[in-house]
Amino acid sequence: MTTLIALIPAIPFFGFLILALFGQKLTRKVAGLVGAGSIGIVAIITFCLAISFFKSLPDVKSYSVVVWEWINTGNLKADISFRLDALSLVFCFVITFVGLLIHVYSIGFMAKDEGFTRFFAYMNLFVGSMLILVLADNILLMYLGWEGVGLCSYLLIGFWYKVPANGYAARKAFIITRIGDTAMIIGIFILFLNFETFNLNELMELASNKWIAGSSISVVTATLLLGGALGKSAQLPLQTWLPDAMAGPSPVSALIHAATMVTAGVYLIARTHVLFSLAPIIQSAVAIIGALTLLIAGFSALAQHDLKRILAYSTISQIGYMFLALGVGAWSAAIFHFMIHAFFKALLFLGAGIVILGLNEEHDIFKMGGLRKKMPVVFITFLIGSASLSALPLVTAGFYSKDQILWFAFSAQSGNILLWLAGIVGAFLTALYSFRMIFIVFFGEVKTQPAFRPGKLMTVPLIILAVLSVVGGYVELPGSIGNIHLFSNLVDNTLPSVLVKNNENQEFLFQSLSAIIALTGIYLAHLIYFKRPALGESINHSRLNKFFERGWGFDILYNTLFVKPIVWLSVINKNDIFDWISISISGLALLTNRFLSITQNGKLRWYLMSFTIGIALILTYIIFG
Amino acid sequence: MLTVPIETQLIFAGILFFLGLIGLLVRRNMIFMLMSIEVMFNSAGMVFIIAGTHWKQPDGQVMFIFILAVTAVEVAIALALILQVYHHYKTLDSDAVNKLKDN
Amino acid sequence: MILVYIIVILLTGAFLAWIAGRWNPVLPRIISLIALSIGFILIIFIATQSVSDDNKWLIDYKLDWISEFGISLHLALDGLSLLMLLLTFFLGIISVIISWNEINSKVGFFHFNLLLILAGITGVFLSIDLFLFYFFWELMLLPMYFLIGIWGHDNRTAASNKFFLYTQASGLLMLISIIALYFVHGHSTGSYTFDYMLLLGTEMSASKELLIMSGFLSAFLVKLPVVPLHNWLPDAHSEAPTAGSLILAALLLKTGAYGLLRFIVPLFPSASITFKPIGMLLGVIGILYGAKLAFAQTDFKRLVAYTSVSHMGFVILGVFSFNELAYQGVVMQMLAHGISTGALFILAGQLYERIHTRDLNKMGGLWEKVPVMGAVALIFSMASLGLPGLGNFIAELLILIGAFKTSILMSCLACLGLIAATIYSLRIIQKVFLGNTNQEGEMNDLNFREKIVSACLVIVIVGLGLFPQPVFNTAKPALLKTLDIQREKNIPDPGISKKIAVEKNILFFQISKKCLHVNI
Repeated sequence: MTTLIALIPAIPFFGFLILALFGQKLTRKVAGLVGAGSIGIVAIITFCLAISFFKSLPDVKSYSVVVWEWINTGNLKADISFRLDALSLVFCFVITFVGLLIHVYSIGFMAKDEGFTRFFAYMNLFVGSMLILVLADNILLMYLGWEGVGLCSYLLIGFWYKVPANGYAARKAFIITRIGDTAMIIGIFILFLNFETFNLNELMELASNKWIAGSSISVVTATLLLGGALGKSAQLPLQTWLPDAMAGPSPVSALIHAATMVTAGVYLIARTHVLFSLAPIIQSAVAIIGALTLLIAGFSALAQHDLKRILAYSTISQIGYMFLALGVGAWSAAIFHFMIHAFFKALLFLGAGIVILGLNEEHDIFKMGGLRKKMPVVFITFLIGSASLSALPLVTAGFYSKDQILWFAFSAQSGNILLWLAGIVGAFLTALYSFRMIFIVFFGEVKTQPAFRPGKLMTVPLIILAVLSVVGGYVELPGSIGNIHLFSNLVDNTLPSVLVKNNENQEFLFQSLSAIIALTGIYLAHLIYFKRPALGESINHSRLNKFFERGWGFDILYNTLFVKPIVWLSVINKNDIFDWISISISGLALLTNRFLSITQNGKLRWYLMSFTIGIALILTYIIFG
Repeated sequence: MLTVPIETQLIFAGILFFLGLIGLLVRRNMIFMLMSIEVMFNSAGMVFIIAGTHWKQPDGQVMFIFILAVTAVEVAIALALILQVYHHYKTLDSDAVNKLKDN
Repeated sequence: MILVYIIVILLTGAFLAWIAGRWNPVLPRIISLIALSIGFILIIFIATQSVSDDNKWLIDYKLDWISEFGISLHLALDGLSLLMLLLTFFLGIISVIISWNEINSKVGFFHFNLLLILAGITGVFLSIDLFLFYFFWELMLLPMYFLIGIWGHDNRTAASNKFFLYTQASGLLMLISIIALYFVHGHSTGSYTFDYMLLLGTEMSASKELLIMSGFLSAFLVKLPVVPLHNWLPDAHSEAPTAGSLILAALLLKTGAYGLLRFIVPLFPSASITFKPIGMLLGVIGILYGAKLAFAQTDFKRLVAYTSVSHMGFVILGVFSFNELAYQGVVMQMLAHGISTGALFILAGQLYERIHTRDLNKMGGLWEKVPVMGAVALIFSMASLGLPGLGNFIAELLILIGAFKTSILMSCLACLGLIAATIYSLRIIQKVFLGNTNQEGEMNDLNFREKIVSACLVIVIVGLGLFPQPVFNTAKPALLKTLDIQREKNIPDPGISKKIAVEKNILFFQISKKCLHVNI
């Protein structure tokens, strides 16, 4: 049974190889079948392994398998080995199931694109790398998956390569995430040099035994690993790449930039939670970064007028919630929100994809409108997705996951009221911007006529995801409502439970508050963007709005501080200042030549004069020296 | 008979040599350069005669006859060369014949 | 004896190729291909026969040459040289294949020069007598000068002159050092010899050792190359024909690295430790400066040439880290960089054959026309930036960890090189293959011959990335031997002393944390 784990990352890689090597010779149908089929097979395997895993709980908490010995030199040993435990199982489930739905959708979405086979090759490579990332038993193999998903993100963002701007967006993403990755690799070095192993379980055990909480080395290591997480998950201050990454096709945005790759940071922090527990100051920093990011991104989302950019900032904001949860030690809450977020965000992106494709690549929401009647399925599923995003009370899964985070932000040992306040303001903003989107895009007059109706391949995944966005929450109901803890019981096999201060009775109060806030946000959106669109227009033109729209000026800041100086420095030294060594030597030789050749002027009398002077000097020297 | 001290004689020869040398260095016309060389030759010959007189040996006079012969030959060849140069360059200016200069 | 045969086969092949060139331009190519293939088979035969025996050579061959001066024809092979020879012959075969259609004038003379260079390189990797080593070092030089000067691109004369003068001058400094070492050894022990095994462990005063080491060092640092002595590299690489660039980048640079490992560290143990901080600093400067320059270029080959400077910076950083992990990384970097940069130069050559320009501004959007070439370029650009799963990652990882043990600061600065590598590698892909196209008309995608070459290179680089263990096992005895010499001289292991420095750094963090005491 356990050897099946090795197949999980391997099958997508085989899919990639088949599509890459033989893609030109396959028909679209076969290519789509290979691409989506490989993910389908992996989903089935994951399902089987999940059942077997549930059966073997609570005795066996993880399965592991070693595939081959990768590096073994000196005292450095790392193998290609995989481990399946509760945490990686949840991630695998999301990656494979949501991935399968997105692949099926893509067969319809990319049907007319000439790079069809290339698309599925890259998507398979991505899924393979992501699975390696979550299943890796040692941190070096995880880094391999980490970089692999970065590569695939680059390839897929710049998929429509003929437009140069897409290439630049892809490059930006790769470079910014690489900055985080470099911090992470230095963290890995420190871990290796102290504990002489890369194996994650061993590292966590040794760290908890040998390092003192709050010691400088654990703080440094945790900071470095956090750097990596911030890069991949697009949190402050490395969040500028994600909005631009919307240049890729919508399935890419759904899979990579909503459901899976950007949550790799969450996975990393959850996996290495021991290190963060040993550095409480950094863990608090995680929470604060999460809180700040969710606010900044929330405001930015409110000001966008590109449909996908709204969703991008929304993703940044929601991952901020996950970081907030991680920061206060609510590990399973963060993972739960990850799962639910994957459902509704993928749904929203896929829906957005249909809208944009149908309106002939129109991204501006103010040029859309009234699509409620024209694309009913899309409208309903999009509505459900937005409701889940806004945490509509009781009916949507989003309510349960977000509410759990908000509750722990206040009630956890390291939580406090300020974090909760940030979360609740963020919830308000979320409701506001999501329903702004709904009202502007789907209500009102039709400004652009949709050109086509989506087929079954595209709508069925939407429906499935919509269903999941509603029922997915029922595996984890809070104490005051249903007290079902299936999810946290599962995750608690790997991650510690959250420690709470003892104020259970206030839970209902906080829940009602968040419900009221969500409803208020929806109502306000209805008021501004539906009843009185003119008010919406005037907000559009305000200076504050423009500031939010540009992502609070981070792009401009980084451009001036880093990009422009580096480019300037490179360009002025293009011809390499060190060339002066060879230029000066040859210049010196030429100069000497020019001087000495003055003495060779071909004039007889000159030569005679030099003879005479020479003889005179020599004679003087002989006679008097 | 006046006995001129040998130093004076040698100084006289030396002055003659330097006059020839200066003439060689200063004059641009090749014929005059040849003539100056002649003067230098003669002064060298004169040193030989002075030495012969001083040591009361005939060898000095013998050398002077050698020098005369050599000079004659040398002048013949030099004049032939100068004729060629004149045919080619239409001038006897030694500064004009500087084709061997660097670049 | 087999070692002599390898070199002799190359030399014979060289002369035969030259002569055959008079009749038929295809004959020299076939002759050199045969000669190189025989050599490659011989080396594979040796590799499969080898028994890893610590502290001994795998094969040792000695013949007295000029015994009055202690010069002998002493060739020896150990794990390190074996790997280098594998690389040499593999890339030699590839260089003949890729210049099949490119070189059309004086084909015989071209292959003569090519085989002579390869013979010189083989000799450098095999010779254990310093005089013989110098002989082969100089043998590499002149045919390469001709290669660049006759079959190169527009600016070839200046480039070949620069290459020749830089390398020759530094080589002469090495000759002075060799002779000095000869005399120092002779004075202290009475036996005058050029033999490496006998010269190991020569007693020298510290200042003498440093001086003699600098002579050797200058030759190897110019070859590597190390900033600020690197200026010959961009010109030579960009003006050379494709086979020339391949051999230059993939093999000639490795002779410098090999020299560091084989000669500098064992012959001058304490002087090399004294040089360590400068060495590591030069490595870091090379990594960052080379990357910065690479990013600025508009000529494709020049860009790749500067990436070589950057990657070789890792090598010198690793050599002066003095621990096993870093040395394994250095060996792996030599192999992986040879393959990946060689492949990029081959790509540049293939592009030049099609569009007759190396100017990046004239390229763009070529993925549409030549997707297979684009895919290959993508793989090797990813190798260049150190993507895990390909050989360069393993190399850079090991070097950085090894360097981290010795100097945390240098290693962290070198890690910035990883970001810089991303910037220039992505620039290659963006400028050449993505965006709009400036080129009109049809372009042929890779033909069968080129596909075979690319496939071989891709398989090797992925193999190095996923299955590096055979390389490590082969090189281990040789590298441990090098490190043992350090320990025999009772020089403290830098790794241990650096644990103390790590504690010091942590203390610094503790103090600064107290200053920034924040409570949440």
